[in-house]
Amino acid sequence: MSVRGTIRAFPTLLRVGVSEAVAYRAEMIVWFFSTTMPFISMALWTAVARYNPVGRYDSEDFVRYFLATFSVRQVTGSWVAWQMNYEVRQGTLAMRLLRPISPLWAYAAENLGYMPLRALMVLPIVIFSLVHSGAAALPRTAWGWLFLVLALVGGWLITFLANVAIGSLSLYIESSQRLMDVWFALFLVGSGYLYPVELFPSALKGLLDWLPFRYQIGLPTEIMINAHGFSEALGLLARQWAWVAVLLTVSVVSWKRGLKRFAAYGG
Amino acid sequence: MLRRYLRLLGVRLRASSLLAMQYRADFLVDGLISVFWMITALVPLFVVFQNAQRDIEGWSFGESLLVIGWFTLLQGILEGAINPSLTGVVEHIRKGTLDFVLLKPADAQFLVSTERFLPWRITNVFAALVVFGYAFHRLGRVPSLLGVGISLVLLVTSVLLLYSLWILTVCAAFYVVKVDNLSYFFTSIFDAARWPAPVFRGALSFVFTFIIPLAVMTTFPAEAMLGRLPWSALGWAILGSGLFAFLSRQMWKHAIGRYTSASS
Repeated sequence: MSVRGTIRAFPTLLRVGVSEAVAYRAEMIVWFFSTTMPFISMALWTAVARYNPVGRYDSEDFVRYFLATFSVRQVTGSWVAWQMNYEVRQGTLAMRLLRPISPLWAYAAENLGYMPLRALMVLPIVIFSLVHSGAAALPRTAWGWLFLVLALVGGWLITFLANVAIGSLSLYIESSQRLMDVWFALFLVGSGYLYPVELFPSALKGLLDWLPFRYQIGLPTEIMINAHGFSEALGLLARQWAWVAVLLTVSVVSWKRGLKRFAAYGG
Repeated sequence: MLRRYLRLLGVRLRASSLLAMQYRADFLVDGLISVFWMITALVPLFVVFQNAQRDIEGWSFGESLLVIGWFTLLQGILEGAINPSLTGVVEHIRKGTLDFVLLKPADAQFLVSTERFLPWRITNVFAALVVFGYAFHRLGRVPSLLGVGISLVLLVTSVLLLYSLWILTVCAAFYVVKVDNLSYFFTSIFDAARWPAPVFRGALSFVFTFIIPLAVMTTFPAEAMLGRLPWSALGWAILGSGLFAFLSRQMWKHAIGRYTSASS
């Protein structure tokens, strides 16, 4: 389908995504509660920092950090790899391919359609954070807000594109589920989801600066709670978007090449 | 009666092993991945203790390692023996194939609980032993024989607790059909068991002791190994897990009673 057609169809696809999210709201609430890890981390780290601050984080900062992490996780989530695995195995991907729009756009629209409802669920958490720790819970400057939006979009794109890249491997091997599990484990440790990346030993932290994981959750969170100055934030943002570019290339190439092999299923 | 069920268990274990051995490459990859998982599970501990120069709520690094060891052991049991079967129940309910299970001349709960095992999860047991060894090496002493005995008793109660909680979760599947996420929810809650219970305070501490007794599952056995678990705690653990098991059994019967088969 032409670019124009895709652009015209996209809003409709988004609306479909939104109604799907509303239809499965109970399931979404269960998911919401299963991402409670930041609260457990919060309990743990406030216990660690009860008497002495850790780095530059005291108990209050940890509360703010993990509430922000929780919120960021909700709006940057993507589960396309699981979906692709399932659809390749069941063969229902063929049905998607019949439509005159690339499945990648459809996946993106479905994921994004969930965001309004998720943002709505995040709202009480953000308000609580504001009440609890004052204005510091949100960016203090105009550029901070701009960067936050950019970092959130970038974070979602990295998560989504990595999902697509790994998901399209299921077109080569029967299931890329396990590979996704490995990615997910690395993500948990390296993304700043369990604790601020700063708290790692410096050698490991240097490595994490070069890996994509930190830019999925850590960077938006840090920008949200004003952890960086302007130039530092800009540098990190540049790295984030460099990763977006890399993953975009990788995922599109592996998807296109994988599709040629998928034709075998159809006959 | 008991012998018949034991033989049935044996048959099903063998079937699962054969199934797993059939895909040898998978077997190897899965083993490697579970080792990888365990290593990543240890990273948070190092980060926490690198940043906290002293103990955390009275738990030193070595002592916390014991908790992690128990966590690893239970995770192996959960993911190797409990999870796969009971994920199957949810699938059965959705597809309506539970009817075939109910028709078989054996207890339905037994049948669904022994449906599938993932044998490579045995790596977790070895990993746990390594962690225990290293922990006691760091602490510079050996566990008392009595302590080990008590911790083994607690292992039984912990497994019983885990299993009962899972059954309760599965019972929920009879009422709300689409519960794929419930298992994910359960594992993510279980993750909190990785840390010594005193870390959690207030509401969380209450929840993790009485409602979802994570403290009993990993912190109690670790304390038993250190020889500082009060006898009353042991008593409560046995009583509590028995109560939980009874409760979950009643819930299961109730849920099965309410279950309307796919065709009716």
